[in-house]
Amino acid sequence: MKVVVCVKQIPDPALPGELNPTTNLLKRDGKLILDESDSYGVEMALQLVEAAGGGEVSLVSMAPNNEMSGLRTALAMGADDAILVSDENLAGTDALGTAKVLAAAIRRLSPDLILAGVESSDGYTGTVPEMVAGVLDLPSVTFAKQISIDGDTVKVQRQTEAGYDDVECKLPVLLSVTAGVVEPRYPSFKGIMAAKKKPVEALDLQGLGIDLNTVGLVGARQETIRVTEAEERESGEIIVDDGDAHQRIAEFLGELKVI
Amino acid sequence: MLLTEDQKKIRLNARNFAKKEISPYIRAWEKAGSAPRELYRKMGTVGLMGMTISQEYGGSGLDFVSYVLAVEEISAADGGISNMMSANNSPVAVAIEKFGTETQKQKLLPFLTSGEWLGCIHLTEPHTGSDASAITTRAVQDGDEYVLTGQKSFITGGSTAQIALIIARTDERKEKNGITAFICSTDNPGYKVLSKEKKLGHRTNDTCQVAFDSMRIPATDVLGEVGRGLSVALGGLSLGRIGVAAQSVGGARSALAAAHRYSKDRKTFGKAIIEHQAISFKLAEMATQIEVARQMYLYAAEKHDAGLDSTYEASVSKLFASEMAERVASAAIQIHGGYGYLEDYEVEKIYRDVRVYQIYEGTSEIQKIVISRHLDKIDL
Repeated sequence: MKVVVCVKQIPDPALPGELNPTTNLLKRDGKLILDESDSYGVEMALQLVEAAGGGEVSLVSMAPNNEMSGLRTALAMGADDAILVSDENLAGTDALGTAKVLAAAIRRLSPDLILAGVESSDGYTGTVPEMVAGVLDLPSVTFAKQISIDGDTVKVQRQTEAGYDDVECKLPVLLSVTAGVVEPRYPSFKGIMAAKKKPVEALDLQGLGIDLNTVGLVGARQETIRVTEAEERESGEIIVDDGDAHQRIAEFLGELKVI
Repeated sequence: MLLTEDQKKIRLNARNFAKKEISPYIRAWEKAGSAPRELYRKMGTVGLMGMTISQEYGGSGLDFVSYVLAVEEISAADGGISNMMSANNSPVAVAIEKFGTETQKQKLLPFLTSGEWLGCIHLTEPHTGSDASAITTRAVQDGDEYVLTGQKSFITGGSTAQIALIIARTDERKEKNGITAFICSTDNPGYKVLSKEKKLGHRTNDTCQVAFDSMRIPATDVLGEVGRGLSVALGGLSLGRIGVAAQSVGGARSALAAAHRYSKDRKTFGKAIIEHQAISFKLAEMATQIEVARQMYLYAAEKHDAGLDSTYEASVSKLFASEMAERVASAAIQIHGGYGYLEDYEVEKIYRDVRVYQIYEGTSEIQKIVISRHLDKIDL
């Protein structure tokens, strides 16, 4: 069984981000780390391969500056190898351009299953996984919370607002994995040391056979016109207990429809 | 000292683990008087329980610098857990790898490095601490077995560990050369835990008094040579001291972090107290002492990795770091004012935890003896 996981490397969310004032896009030229929302896909892939009794987990990623730190983290978790598409012409690529690049890299690997996070934690378009499936002409199932493989069929519990749908689909297929549904393993120290020696194939756009006009700022059909600061959140209501605090808290929770 | 990329990654991994798997639960574990057994298995999976042990035996095969960096990280989350980790790594696993037969190594190390079993060392006795060669626990050979009788005290993990490394006297006539190391399972019927001590700090682990009541151990479970037990126990002493220095830095660093956070939140006379020079200078002094202690333990560890003797540096770093940790934790309480004295604020717990670093693995006084005896050997 061969599983490909799309992973994004993003600026560390713990550090203050900075926008490029011309493009209104997040600056991504420093050190990048593995997007936490993709670590669920990596964990899911590792579990599926373990359950299948063997196989291979390959990573596919795209970064403007040849950055590999995030990929090494996923390799340290246990993924076997990676393709990193890195090219200065990629800066400013929109969701569809990203999907084309990832799809071209995935095609080289002919996987049985492709996993991706639902959305990245820096861009949040939430559209790339389905676009990749579209470009590859594969079916896709979104919001997977549980995945099992049965022969050439994948069975997915697809999370919904009310519960989940049971979905079955023939392989190959692309699934987006809901954040938080599995516990991503810590890379072990041995894994960290071994990850240094795992193969990462670095490709540029030419190597991948991508037309330069379809990606980067030139090819982007999506533009961020304006960025405004989020309104500061109002401070919460403080309930002082005059004997009826429990009722007022219950009413408040009732309004939120959590009870 | 400049860390390598690998060392930085190891440190970050240990830090992430400690933040997620230890820090959030510390209050509950302190109250319960122990950390869950499962934690040490998780630590084993990451590689924290056998860091310098060869990968052949399930360890991570890392350098000593990486190990002490990880000790600092775990200690920054909790002193007691870092102490259990240290006992398991070094002396126990390290001594087995260094002195054990191939059979012993294969039988024991994979379980110790995975955290499936925990190791503890039995050296100290009620009347012998610093003068380890005065131990009186006796091991008398009886055919293919040894029979051990005696009492041990201050045994970290004495009731939770599965494997005990026991130092006992096999020959009354030879003082230092009449001592032998044994490996024994703690479910041996002669292994009796007498009591778990109530302590100032390190409340997440068990410190026990243990008695050996005619405990029979097969002669094949002697570790190293008969009569050479003291070098098994004390051979890793310098390493243990560097580890305690790293523990001290971990505790002090958390105290500084808490005080720094608090000083930005707490306002007096219309401004955050960090804007009062009395507080900001205190924080600067704390940071300076921590950084000096950290660089010293790293230097001592690097010397060991380079195959050089680090006895002197280990004692210097342990003496300075352990005393520094108490000063810094005390200053952190001072910055918190009355709140720092309350259990609700973490600096109270850190202050209790760091005190022992001036005692175990050689008291400050012993370190001063070691250091002063080295003065003739170094170019002053």
